[in-house]
Amino acid sequence: MRWFSWLTSSAANTLVDPVSGRKLYPIDGGIAFADYHKQETADIPIRNVAMPSHYIVPLRVNPRFTARPIVDIGARVRKGEKIGESEGKFGVAVHAPTSGVIRDLGQYPMTHVSGLPALAYFIEPDGKDEAIEPTPYRGACDDTDRIRDFLQQMGLAGLGGAAFPSHAKVASSPVKTLIINGAECEPWITCDDRLMREHASEIVAGACDLAAAIHAQEILIGIEDNKPQAIAAMQAAAANHGTVTVVAIPTIYPAGGEKQLIERLTGIEVPYGHLSAEFGVLVFNVGTARAVHRALTYGEPLLERVVTLTGAADNPGNRWVRIGHPIAELIPEMAPKPEVDRYLLGGPMTGFAIPDLDAPILKGSNCIIAASPALFPPPPPEQPCIRCGACAPVCPARLEPMELYWFARAQQFGKAQEFHLFDCIECGCCAYVCPAHIPLVDYYRYAKSEIWEREREKSKAQQSKARFEFRNYRLEREKAEKAARAAAKAAETKRRLEAQAQESHAEATASGTNDRDGAASPSAPDANDAAARKKALVEAALARARAKRAAEATEPSGENRE
Amino acid sequence: MITAPYWRAPVSVTRVMGWVLLALIPAIVLHVIFFGPVLLAQLLLASVAAVAVEALLLWVRRRPVVSAITDLSALVTAWLLVLALPATVPWWLTLLGIVIAIGVAKQLYGGIGQNPFNPAMVAFAALIVSFPAELSRWPLPTTPVAWQWASFLGTPNVDALASATVLDTLRTAVHSGQAVSELLGRSPVFGTLSGAGYEWIAVAFLAGGLLLWLRGIIPGRLPFAFLLTLGVLSTLAWLVAPERFAPPWVHLFAYSTMLAAFFIITDPVSGVVTPRGQWVFAAGAALLVFLIRHFGQFPDGVAFAVLLMNLAAPWIEMKTQPRVFGEDHP
Amino acid sequence: MLTALLVMGGIALVLGVILGWASVRFRAEGDPIVDQIDAILPQTQCGQCGYPGCRPYAEAIAKGEADINRCPPGGDEGVRRLAELLGREYKPLEQEEAAAKPKSVAVIDETRCIGCTLCIQACPVDAIVGAAKQMHTVIDAQCTGCELCVAPCPVDCITMEPIPESLETWKWPKPTGSSERKTTETV
Ligand code: SF4
Ligand code: SF4
Ligand code: SF4
Ligand code: SF4
Repeated sequence: MRWFSWLTSSAANTLVDPVSGRKLYPIDGGIAFADYHKQETADIPIRNVAMPSHYIVPLRVNPRFTARPIVDIGARVRKGEKIGESEGKFGVAVHAPTSGVIRDLGQYPMTHVSGLPALAYFIEPDGKDEAIEPTPYRGACDDTDRIRDFLQQMGLAGLGGAAFPSHAKVASSPVKTLIINGAECEPWITCDDRLMREHASEIVAGACDLAAAIHAQEILIGIEDNKPQAIAAMQAAAANHGTVTVVAIPTIYPAGGEKQLIERLTGIEVPYGHLSAEFGVLVFNVGTARAVHRALTYGEPLLERVVTLTGAADNPGNRWVRIGHPIAELIPEMAPKPEVDRYLLGGPMTGFAIPDLDAPILKGSNCIIAASPALFPPPPPEQPCIRCGACAPVCPARLEPMELYWFARAQQFGKAQEFHLFDCIECGCCAYVCPAHIPLVDYYRYAKSEIWEREREKSKAQQSKARFEFRNYRLEREKAEKAARAAAKAAETKRRLEAQAQESHAEATASGTNDRDGAASPSAPDANDAAARKKALVEAALARARAKRAAEATEPSGENRE
Repeated sequence: MITAPYWRAPVSVTRVMGWVLLALIPAIVLHVIFFGPVLLAQLLLASVAAVAVEALLLWVRRRPVVSAITDLSALVTAWLLVLALPATVPWWLTLLGIVIAIGVAKQLYGGIGQNPFNPAMVAFAALIVSFPAELSRWPLPTTPVAWQWASFLGTPNVDALASATVLDTLRTAVHSGQAVSELLGRSPVFGTLSGAGYEWIAVAFLAGGLLLWLRGIIPGRLPFAFLLTLGVLSTLAWLVAPERFAPPWVHLFAYSTMLAAFFIITDPVSGVVTPRGQWVFAAGAALLVFLIRHFGQFPDGVAFAVLLMNLAAPWIEMKTQPRVFGEDHP
Repeated sequence: MLTALLVMGGIALVLGVILGWASVRFRAEGDPIVDQIDAILPQTQCGQCGYPGCRPYAEAIAKGEADINRCPPGGDEGVRRLAELLGREYKPLEQEEAAAKPKSVAVIDETRCIGCTLCIQACPVDAIVGAAKQMHTVIDAQCTGCELCVAPCPVDCITMEPIPESLETWKWPKPTGSSERKTTETV
C-alpha cells in the first residue's frame, strides 16, 4: 500500500516553488474553487471610512480574557489612550480608537455567531481625533520579555481571524522559523492581499522585528500563487533582507490555515493541543506583522485594520476601519444591492451571518460580505449520509467526517473524540462536497460545545463535591469540638459542684452554664474557621461589587442603544 | 440559522446515482444487441417495482417519500440486480428479488445509508439459494428471442437453449475429470476471451466504470485492487495447474467480474470508506470470488464474496483508520 | 457457503468466550462502583433524591436500594449514563417536571436580609457568606442551585434566578437535520 500512496503523491512530494526555489511539502485535502471572487476587490486601493457616530469597544478581547475597565463613564479619552487593562497570560490591553467621551460601559451585542452581548465601552467621538503622545519601544530588539510586555500593552492580537494575543505567541519563543501568513486562502477576502501590495516594506520590517524578538533564524512569507502582485511587492521589499524568503504556495483552500501553512512550508504537522512553537515554528498574519512594526517603531497601539467589503455591492473594496466601528455604519460604505438579505463576517467557508449589525468590528474581523440569495443560495435539504466517502479525501486533517457526523448526531461524544473530533479545524471542506447536503461542520461544532459544557459541569461538580465534603467534615469537627467542650465544662462543673456542695446552691449555676454554652457554640469558630470566613467575606465583598457594577452598567446601555 | 459553509459544490445524491445509471447504459445497449430486448422488459419491470416497493415502505415507515425516490438509489439497486441475474429469469423471480433487495435488505435496515449489506447482492444470494436452476440459465447469443420471452413469462419449454456461465461450465467439467484445455473454445459458451457475448458486455462495464472513476464517483483503488488480486491469483493457479484452473483472462473478462469490480464492490454504503481499508476490502472480495468460483457450490461467487466482505467491513474500517493530522507516524 | 458460515460461527463463539472470560477476569479494575456512580451525579447536593446528598444516593444505588431515576438535577442524560454504567434499563425521571427547570443560582435580596445565618446553615456547599446580623450574599460560581436555602429564610429574601446565557456558556444548537432524521429520533 505504501508504494501506491507514493505513486499518487510523488508528484506533490517533489513540489518546488518556482518563485523562491524552496521545496514545498504536500498538504492533505482541500478544495480548489472555480471562482475565488477576489477580483471584485483585489485591484481597488484601500480607502479610509468616515467616522461613525459612536464606537463600541469591547473589553472581551478573546474567549479567555476580558480586560478590566479603567476609565469611568463620562471621562474624556484621546485616540490611543488605554481604557482596558490587561492581565495574565492571554490579556490584551484595550485602547480608545479616537478622541471623545465614554458614554457607557455595559453589555453590547458582540460580533459572534450567537449575537450575545459582552462588556464594552460606548464612546462618542468628538470629531477632533486627538491622539496621545506616542511611546515607541525603546528597549533592545532581542529582549523577548520586554517586547512581549510592550506588545501586550499595545493591544496586539492576531489579525488573521482568531485574534489570538500576539504577545502570548512571542512568549513561547525561541523558535527557528518565523512564518508570515499571507496566504489568504478563503474566497472573497482580499484585505491581506491589498495590505501586502501597499505596505510590503512595513510588513517585512515587522517580520524582522518579530524574528529578532523571538530569535528566529529564518523568515518565510507564504503567499498563495493567485496573488502575483502581492508576491512581487513582498519580494521587492524583502530584497535587502537576507533572512526573508517569499514563498509562493499552490492555491488551495485551506492552505492558509495555520497548521496547513506550517505543513506546506516545513513539513511539520502540529497536532491538536500543541503550540507550533514546540516544533520551532511561529506564525503571524501579515497584518499583525505590520501592526507590530507600527507599535514598536511609532508607538501606535493596534487601533485599526483593513476590512474587505464585498459581495452584492456597488462599491466594494478594502477599507481602513478602527476597532469598535459598528458594522451597521460600515455597510453603507459598500452600497449594498437591494437583494442583499444578510451580511457574512469572514469568508463563505468559515464565516457566519452577523446576527446583530450593531456589533462592532473586532481585531479579527477581516471581511464583510453582502450576501444575496443568488450568491449564496439557501442550502438544499439535508439527506441521509450515503457513506460515499467524498468528505474524507478533502479533509485537511485526514479525519473521517462521516464517522464524526454519525457519532455527533447520535450524541456519542466520547466516540467522536476517539475519532479525533478536536483535530477538526472546521474548514468546511467536507460539508462543501457532501452530496447529501449534510451540514457536517454544524454537527462538529455542536458536539464540541456539548463536550466543553460537560467539562465545565464536571469541574463544577467536583468543586461542589469538595466543598460539600469539606462542610461535612467541618460540621463533624465542630460537633466533636462542641462535645469535647461540653465534656470539659461538665467535668469542671462537676468539680465545682463538688467544691460548692456544702454551699448548697449548685443546681442553678449548673443549668446557667449549660444554657450559655448551647447558645455560644455556633458562633464560636476556631482560628482556622475564622480565617476561612475572612477569606469568604472578602470574596463576598468582591462579588457584591461586581454585581453592582454589572447592574449599573446594564441600565444606561439600554437607553443608549435606542 | 444558516451556517458556514455558505457555498456548496454542485453535487447531490441524485447526480451520483444518475451517473451510475448512465455508466450502465453501454452494457445495457450491448446486451440488447447480443441477446435481444428481453433485458429491457426486465429493467422496466424491476424499476417500476423498486420505486413502488420503496415508496410503499417509506410511506409505511412515515418517512419523506419524494426526496427518497428522486435520489434514484432504488433504480440503481434495481438495475444492478437485473444485470446480475440472467436476462431470461421469469418475471416473478425478478419481482421477488426486488422485494428482497428494497424491502428487506434496504428499508428494513433503515433505508439508504443504513444497510450493512449490498441490497442487490442480498437479493441475488437469496434467489440463487432458492432457485439455482433458474439462475444458471443464461441465454446464449444464439438463443432465439422468442424462447427468451417465453422464459421471461415463465413458460420455457426446452432448457438446452440457455446454459451456465463459462466459469460454471468449466468447474463442472473439471469436477467430472475433464481438462480445461479440452473445453476452451470448444463449447458455444466461449467467446474469444471469456463468455460468448458476455465478454463484450464486460468490456462495456469496464468502460462505464472508468467513466465513473474519471467523474470521481468511485475510487479507482477498489476496482483496481479487485482486478489485480483476481488477475494475480488466477494467473498463479493457472500456471501451476493449467488443466484445473481457468486462465486469468477468462476470470477477468467474465461478465460478473467486471460488474462486481466497478458497480458492486463500489457500493459505498455497505463497503469500506478508509483508503487502506478499501484495498483490503477489494482484495478480500477478489480472493473470495476466486475461491468460491473454483471450490464453492454455486455458479458464481460474487454475491457471497461481497456479502462476506460486507460483514467484515466495520472491522476492516476499524483496523485501517488513517493517520490523523499531527498524529505520530506508526 | 456452509463452511463459511460454520467458520464465522466458530470464530464468533471463540471470541465470545474470550470476551466473557476477559470481562470476568478484569472486572475488578477501575474505581469502585460507588465512586463511578458518584462521578455521574451532578453533586448539587439538593437531596431531591431522598438522600442527604449525592454520595449517600450513590451508595444506595450501588447497594441496589435505590432506583437510578431519582436525581432531577442530573436530568435525563444522567439517568442514561447511570443506566449505561450499571447495565440497567433506562427509565424516565421520577419527577419529570423538576428536570425541565433552567439552571439557576440563588440570589439574596441584600436590602431585606436580616443576617439570621439560617441560609448559611442550609447551604450544602458553603456558597453563602456573611456573618451573624450582617447582610449575606451568594457566591454565584459556587452555588449549585439546589434551592435548600430558599425555604429556611424567615423573610423570604432568597429567590432562584436562571443563569443567563453568555458568550462563555453559549452552545451550538443541535442541527435539526432532515425531516427523516427527526422521525427517527422520536421512534
Ligand atoms: S460526503 Fe456526505 S454523504 Fe458522503 S460520506 Fe461524507 S457525509 Fe456521507
Ligand atoms: S470541517 Fe473538519 S472534518 Fe470537515 S474537512 Fe474540515 S477539518 Fe475535516
Ligand atoms: S437529587 Fe441528585 S443532585 Fe440532589 S442530592 Fe440527590 S443525587 Fe445529588
Ligand atoms: S446558595 Fe442556596 S441554592 Fe445555592 S447552593 Fe447554597 S443552598 Fe443551594
